[in-house]
Amino acid sequence: MLETSAADGVLALGWLLVAVPLASAVVLLVGGRRTDPIGHILGTLAPLVSFVIGVVMFVALLGREEAERGAGQRLFTWIDVGGFSVDMGVRFDQLSALFVLLITGVGSLIHIYSIGYMAHDPNRRRFFAFLNLFVAAMLTLVLADDYLVLFLGWEGVGLASYLLIGFWQERWSAAVAAKKAFVVNRVGDLGMALGVMLMFATFGTSSFAGVAAGMPATSDLVATVLGLLLLLAAAGKSAQVPLQSWLLDAMEGPTPVSALIHAATMVTAGVYLVVRSGYVYAQSEIASTAVVIVGLVTLLVGATIGCAKDDIKKVLAGSTMSQIGYMMLAAGLGPAGYAFAIFHLLTHGFFKANMFLGAGSVMHAMDDDVDMRHYGALSRAMPVTFATFAMGYLAIIGFPGFSGFWSKDRIIEAAFADNIVVGLGALLGAGITAFYMTRLMLMTFFSQRRWEDGVKPHESPLSMTGPLVVLAALSVVGGVLILGGWIVDWLEPLTGPEPEHAFGFPAWLMTVAVTVVVIAGVGVAWALFGARPVERVPRARVSPVTRAARRDLYGDALNETVFMRPGQRLTRSLVQVDDRGIDGSVTGLAALVSGTSGQARRTQTGYVRSYALAMLAGALLVVLSLLAVTLT
Amino acid sequence: MNDATALLTLSALLFTIGAVGVLVRRNAIVVFMCVELMLNATNLAFVTFARVNGNLDGQIAAFFVMVVAAAEVVVGLSIIVAIFRTRRSASVDDASLLKY
Repeated sequence: MLETSAADGVLALGWLLVAVPLASAVVLLVGGRRTDPIGHILGTLAPLVSFVIGVVMFVALLGREEAERGAGQRLFTWIDVGGFSVDMGVRFDQLSALFVLLITGVGSLIHIYSIGYMAHDPNRRRFFAFLNLFVAAMLTLVLADDYLVLFLGWEGVGLASYLLIGFWQERWSAAVAAKKAFVVNRVGDLGMALGVMLMFATFGTSSFAGVAAGMPATSDLVATVLGLLLLLAAAGKSAQVPLQSWLLDAMEGPTPVSALIHAATMVTAGVYLVVRSGYVYAQSEIASTAVVIVGLVTLLVGATIGCAKDDIKKVLAGSTMSQIGYMMLAAGLGPAGYAFAIFHLLTHGFFKANMFLGAGSVMHAMDDDVDMRHYGALSRAMPVTFATFAMGYLAIIGFPGFSGFWSKDRIIEAAFADNIVVGLGALLGAGITAFYMTRLMLMTFFSQRRWEDGVKPHESPLSMTGPLVVLAALSVVGGVLILGGWIVDWLEPLTGPEPEHAFGFPAWLMTVAVTVVVIAGVGVAWALFGARPVERVPRARVSPVTRAARRDLYGDALNETVFMRPGQRLTRSLVQVDDRGIDGSVTGLAALVSGTSGQARRTQTGYVRSYALAMLAGALLVVLSLLAVTLT
Repeated sequence: MNDATALLTLSALLFTIGAVGVLVRRNAIVVFMCVELMLNATNLAFVTFARVNGNLDGQIAAFFVMVVAAAEVVVGLSIIVAIFRTRRSASVDDASLLKY
């Protein structure tokens, strides 16, 4: 399943994929202000070079026999301590190849977009350096052939995410959001670290091949614990319940960051981890069921939050959570869903990046206003943005023929084949998705003008609309990957054969059911936001569900009451114990000694006769005791 | 009461007088003389015991005490003279600077 063949020819260039953006990031960060004029050019060329190398390597991989498509290359020994050894290696196989193309391809487009989007920012060079750092870390993550090397990339993307969310650090809310993302991610990373330790304790190695080889012989308990730890890690990075709270705040970062990191690539790392560790979940029914439940809950929670938000980026963030929930759900279904999870991940990468960049373009036109209630009727003012956004919209709601239609349908099908409740949940999610996306479309591009005074929307420059057009095209045609079952066959050597579906009803009926639910969602949204005017100020008297969704379903409130406040109380009481108890006993002892000796030294009067008296008394004591001993 | 008892009683008496003198007198010379009195009281006891036991051990010890006392007188008196020269006083209570 995981044996590698020698990486020769162009496949030996895998390290360059990481090295080029990393070198660019180092040059731009170390070079400082001197590199300001070339910052955006160098920063954009680096992922483009990686993309070209990635394409060449992918073509070379296509030319290989199926059994030899796992190209492995050992670069050097990273850690060698006692019985523990970790090789820094590059593993370019079917799964990594798809991720490399997504990261460098979508990444390059977003870099190009950022040239225009960040044109007026004095720190544009630093922004590109961080983006390059992110690309390098993300490529390390997907090219690793060892969990510890993967962890290196995992932490690297976390760092880049932190730096980019807080890029406008002079804004208090951005700094807080960055810190929150970092802290919540740390909880997930704890799961990852414990997982790697458990692997080392059980198998003596943390390489993919070693763990996969040792897995069938381990106990169910170890497999379950390992699976749950990896799920915790995945939940942190992919903003899944219960670690979902950071993603909505992460929208404080510049919009290209939201598109690249918090929609298309980094947040999908959790799905990658679960799919990559399929051999772990194959051993544990409990762990894989937990993945399904987490995915299902998140997809409904994210979709619900998306329905109530007025901030265009937060709607998209809720949508991202929800779509990643779909991927997690599929990944939890095992070999039946892995290929569809990855397929949806790729199509989602296209259409969500497209829509985030479109949202950025709208914000650019509306003087950085993010409130959809101040938009309206923008389809005339921004025809290119509108047309490309519409492609993304049709893709995400699953309009027949668009990429999302193929990928989401397959996941819902697989969910129904697994369990009727999971299937119904996924189906309901599709309806809610259609509702909130239609609401977003109507409030932004249709209905009537509700612009702020003095705002004159205009179409964005070519550097921004160009990537939008490319991504829109990909959103439309992304579905070709499933033609003839290509992606399923391509990933089969890694994910294992897809079991036969045991459908109680024909597949076309499924498609019809999904389409009906989607149409219902669109219809409700039209009735509420299309057929009648949109209020410029959100209504205060709303249903409890809406109120809860506006407050992120009380996720932050829960975290604060359950973890933050008790944690603060605990630390404060510990400080008290430290100050009063431990410090108190030490200083008290010192004071006692000092006081006693201060009294005791008063006996040293300096008068000879007092010393003589002491000597006499001592001598008498000795004599008396001698007498007492001899006489008895 | 035989000879020895009388002599030992005298020795104890002299020692007590010396000890009390050391404790209560302030003049350094008198204190010094009282120390000598205590030494001689012990010498008397030594010699008495030598006589009672019929050997010379006690007498030898008495000689050692005398030699040491002679040396001590030299050192002690020179210290007293030095103190008197600097302070114009031979009182031991005045020389009480070495304290807490």
